[in-house]
Amino acid sequence: MALPATRPTAAVPSGAVLSADQLLEIYRYLRLTRTMEERLVALYRQTKVIGGLFRSLGQEGESVASAYALERGRHRDVLSPLIRNLGSLLVMGAQPVEILRQYMAKADSPTRGRELNVHFNDLEKGYLGQISHLGDMIPVMAGIALSFKLRAEPRVGLVYIGDGGTSTGTFHEGLNLAAVQRLPLVVIGEYNHWAYSTPPEKQFAVKDLAEKAKGYGVPSVTVDGNDVFAVYEATRFAVERARRGKGVHFIEVKTYRRKGHAEHDDQHYVPKADLERWAKDNDPIDRYVQRLLTADMVAEADLKDIDERVRVEVDQATDACVDEPLPAAESALPGVYVDPPAADKLWFKVL
Amino acid sequence: MAEVTFLEALRQGLWEEMERDERVFILGEDVGLYGGAFKVTDGFAKRFGESRVIDTPISEAAIVGAAAGAAHMGLRPVAEMQFIDFISCAYDMLTNYVATARYRAGLSTPMVVRGPCGGYVRGGPFHSQNPEAAFLHTPGLKIVYPATVRDAKGLIKASIRDEDPVLYLEHKWLYRRIKEQLPEGEEILTPIGQARIARDGKHLSIISYGATLWKSLEAAEQLEKADGVSVEVLDLRTLLPMDDAAIVATVKKTNKVLIVHEDTRTGGIAGEIAARINEQAFEWLDGPIMRVTAHDVPLPYAPTLEDFVLPQTDDILKAARWLANY
Repeated sequence: MALPATRPTAAVPSGAVLSADQLLEIYRYLRLTRTMEERLVALYRQTKVIGGLFRSLGQEGESVASAYALERGRHRDVLSPLIRNLGSLLVMGAQPVEILRQYMAKADSPTRGRELNVHFNDLEKGYLGQISHLGDMIPVMAGIALSFKLRAEPRVGLVYIGDGGTSTGTFHEGLNLAAVQRLPLVVIGEYNHWAYSTPPEKQFAVKDLAEKAKGYGVPSVTVDGNDVFAVYEATRFAVERARRGKGVHFIEVKTYRRKGHAEHDDQHYVPKADLERWAKDNDPIDRYVQRLLTADMVAEADLKDIDERVRVEVDQATDACVDEPLPAAESALPGVYVDPPAADKLWFKVL
Repeated sequence: MAEVTFLEALRQGLWEEMERDERVFILGEDVGLYGGAFKVTDGFAKRFGESRVIDTPISEAAIVGAAAGAAHMGLRPVAEMQFIDFISCAYDMLTNYVATARYRAGLSTPMVVRGPCGGYVRGGPFHSQNPEAAFLHTPGLKIVYPATVRDAKGLIKASIRDEDPVLYLEHKWLYRRIKEQLPEGEEILTPIGQARIARDGKHLSIISYGATLWKSLEAAEQLEKADGVSVEVLDLRTLLPMDDAAIVATVKKTNKVLIVHEDTRTGGIAGEIAARINEQAFEWLDGPIMRVTAHDVPLPYAPTLEDFVLPQTDDILKAARWLANY
């Protein structure tokens, strides 16, 4: 089925076509993201989530749609998600049980209890977890894109940066390096209006993040981040452009963080009316569903069926890992280096 | 055999690894057609092409970050810091991203960050630093600091082949000052993590590395001549992981230790070495563990000031004599 003609701007005519199956698959990832986070909230309240819980409520659309524009599969495109890109991770093939184990610091989690939440990788599937130092993933993903360029592989890197993250030095160094090297890298700038409690006007003096990218000679576009189609199409255009050796592209997605920085944060600093407006009129999943049904692109029963299957999938994933053990204490020592294979055990531990 | 300088040995090591392994590439400021500020990569761009010898913007964090990303994908980047002083601009990237990658996320990051360090060259506060102590405290990094021509070559080759990120510190005072006969056609590899006895002795041990190794050797020679004191000199070569066995062995042999380094005193590596000796060989000591280091000031420019601040052969000689008589 052809994509309806609702392109975000004339600058991104990708000509992309999504089949009904793909439209449903996108819907499944959107629903899976939101259902997973709702489950994580329940586990958090039961104190089973060990650390903080970070929601992407209201941002699922841009996460899923941008990742969906990549070529996925073993040794294809690579993305680096941020804390509010659970949807991107799921699209790239991360499994719900892996994410649940990460949050609960289980021994069998992808990082064996060493790292938090979505900070984990599978480079074969194509995702590289962030570290907490915002901006650092821009140079690192530039390096991954550099490896594609040096080996003449038709692969693309994609990396996310928040509005606050664009204030870091590494963002600017990385974007500039990628620009002068014409690396196959797509940068998604997520303008979600809040960097913890800091609003955009205290973060930068430009109106749009896209202006920053233009300063480095990087083509950039601003799209409605809660319009799944717009984000998909803009990303698809940028990704294929990068794949053709045309260099970096920056996509600014305007969206809204509808939860606090993390679950502990009551976001008292956010105007209630704004939250209500974004929830009521501009929820990315609601908008997507409305669009699909209005244009008669899918059947409502198919969506209901997906809701049910996602619920079962998340239930099963939870049951599979919720009672699993935490890592054994001494498993903290190996793996700092290949050689030596384990850190020294300190003398007072063996008294 | 051919007589080569420290710099030439380093250059040969890099060249040989580039020839041997097409995954190896270099990135840094002015490393390409210009050949690097000290000409370490002179001729490399012509031989290997500008795609393997990449001139970058002045962006140390991006240089190190991009090297890490490329290393994750199976390449073997060698990132040059034009002067090692500028590595502080990449401190976050090295300590938070690179060093933790294997442990926190199972990521392989085989990469080398190298650059000219050290004083005695009138470089002032920002072209003379020794940054090893800032990184010694970071599990996940390895730090090598060759003092000899042979090790300059052997350690750069070993660093490039290592599966973990290595910080390779090359003292610019040694670049063209020391020469050594190196066999042609023989592969020189210096194992990371192994110190070396640079001079055998019985009465006192000096533990050092880098440029002060040579000043320690001079002092040892003079002390032997003047006082008949037999001084052993241990060249650490690798600072992280530290070769505890070699340190403890020399302590047990001579029972007195003087630690000499060019870096400032407080929080310097000598303190860590002293603590390890205390933990592992306390009962073998016949005197206090003493240090000769730079004064705790930023390194000044004027020759009179720099010479006073940095450890000199005469300082080491006096300290060693004091300890020998203890």
